[in-house]
Amino acid sequence: MFAIRWIRRNLVVIAGLLTLAYMILPNIVVMVFSFNNPKGRFNYAWQEFSLDAWKDPCGVADLCGSLSLSLQIAAWATVGATVLGTMIAFALVRYRFRARGAINSLIFLPMAMPEVVMAASLLTLFLNMGAQLGFWTVLIAHIMFCLSFVVTAVKARVMSMDPRLEEAARDLYAGPVQTFLRVTLPIAAPGIAAGALLAFALSFDDFIITNFNAGSTVTFPMFVWGSAQRGTPVQINVIGTAMFVIAVLMVLGGQLVASRRKNNAQPK
Amino acid sequence: MTQKTAGGDVRLSGISKTYGSFTAVHPLDLTIPQGSFFALLGASGCGKTTTLRMIAGLEDPSTGTVFLGDKDVTDLQPYKRPVNTVFQSYALFPHLDVAENIAFGLRRRGIKSYKKQVDDMLDLVQLGAFAGRKPHQLSGGQQQRVAVARALINHPQVLLLDEPLGALDLKLRRQMQLELKRIQTEVGITFVHVTHDQEEAMTMADQVAVMNGGRVEQLGAPAELYENPRTTFVANFLGTSNLIEAEVVEAAGDDTVVTCGGAKLRVPGDRCVSRPRAGGKLLVGVRPEKVSVAHADDAGAIADGRNRITGRIVASSFIGVSTQYIVDSPACSDFEVYVQNIERDARLTPGAEVVMHWNPDHTFGLDADQDIDAGVETVEESA
Repeated sequence: MFAIRWIRRNLVVIAGLLTLAYMILPNIVVMVFSFNNPKGRFNYAWQEFSLDAWKDPCGVADLCGSLSLSLQIAAWATVGATVLGTMIAFALVRYRFRARGAINSLIFLPMAMPEVVMAASLLTLFLNMGAQLGFWTVLIAHIMFCLSFVVTAVKARVMSMDPRLEEAARDLYAGPVQTFLRVTLPIAAPGIAAGALLAFALSFDDFIITNFNAGSTVTFPMFVWGSAQRGTPVQINVIGTAMFVIAVLMVLGGQLVASRRKNNAQPK
Repeated sequence: MTQKTAGGDVRLSGISKTYGSFTAVHPLDLTIPQGSFFALLGASGCGKTTTLRMIAGLEDPSTGTVFLGDKDVTDLQPYKRPVNTVFQSYALFPHLDVAENIAFGLRRRGIKSYKKQVDDMLDLVQLGAFAGRKPHQLSGGQQQRVAVARALINHPQVLLLDEPLGALDLKLRRQMQLELKRIQTEVGITFVHVTHDQEEAMTMADQVAVMNGGRVEQLGAPAELYENPRTTFVANFLGTSNLIEAEVVEAAGDDTVVTCGGAKLRVPGDRCVSRPRAGGKLLVGVRPEKVSVAHADDAGAIADGRNRITGRIVASSFIGVSTQYIVDSPACSDFEVYVQNIERDARLTPGAEVVMHWNPDHTFGLDADQDIDAGVETVEESA
């Protein structure tokens, strides 16, 4: 009787914890196995605790090269997609022009299209144009599919923005540039940041489109896929764990800053 | 308080605004004296906000010129005009705190020593304790005061207020009306106030321009507009008027005599908009609070020379300080009368035969060729 009542009262918490566990468990497995010292080439069974891989994360040939390439591509793809996507979002919300409706729906196409299809068509396009497959083709492909996510995120923000705010800025002696820098941009910033983060994450771990269009270039996801055929070095788990921890720390840091700002805003 | 120096007047000369085939504002001439509290009053869509935005520079006039003092500012961008606006939705910058919002205008003009002025302004609007808060942490009334402070700190030649009290509840609105009036008296800047609330316009403004359909129907001091409306729209939009369509019998002397539904009424000739002709038609008006009601049995006691109409009470509602009667008569089916509750006559209940009478001097005459109900519904909508 007591147990049933307790469960009933805490059902939401229990369900929440279970869901959280379901999502985090894979990450924990990756983390734990980054401290493994496997026998043989496969890191699938726990043997003994070891810090070897953490001490030498670049110990596997080509791993760090592919990681740095992936980070570069992700960074440039984020910049490209964010700048273009923000401008497209502003244009779609603020201006009435021909084909605006068509662009509004076309921008969602990369999200809806199966990635394999897009990858294959892109490859066809690049081959027909005689483009050299590699860094640039991958970057172009990434900007293309990140764009729709940035546009969606920024558009939502710009649409909810009161156009009177910019009028108020112009009324208060801010010229067009000042109005954009002091009012429009800061207010749209959360949307732009969300779009940029999405773009970075999508670009960094994209495999299918990259694999089709990379030629002989090897990005980090491709490296992981390739090595999984022949055996998985522990360093892959180390990189994965490090990325996870960095991401969590960034989120925590962001929340800390936000809550401190909120506290400062309280009356003194 | 209203000093007249032509140098600082706002002068609109023939300005109009058309959007495609729709004319929001018909060519309009208006002079707003420096230091005055000026209200643009009208229902939504009458062009009052468009007029305001043309003064601010947020809207380009299709024709005409905007003068600030002697200076033609028609082609000046809003950020170059010595004019500031308090927006209807306040439009406070959500990412800046109260002090930063207020300092915005000064900082954009590169004024470094803004801190002291911001503090003074916070005191003026009594928000000193809230300097560090974000707009969304403030109540509607506080946000409104920040919006006023943010505009006033720039010492504009003219402060434009676009329905600034529209989002507040009734009690707060009354309070803010007094507050705004106090601030205006204190700083002596010209205020141009756009509102659809006739009471608000009459309470606050020195001068009211009543707008309807993109035109100024009438311009004047509140009491002048109320006592001498020149159109049915003004008569109905400002307060309530009893308007009766009547035939002119005699228009020779000082008084015009008209008949309607068997009653003979006198209208002072100088209170008719245009000179009535015998045999023509005239809309006769009288305000409900100028009329007295007597029970039909007491009709003999009414002094001679007063305008009188007999009828039957249809409805009465007790409002505390007064009682409002609606009387059906041959002249007018819903004649309204407000009677002060000094000595209440218990016989005045629905169904009672009554005589309504008033001093003929309180009667005004309007041209008969207009819609007798113009401006009626809009009042109810805004109430």
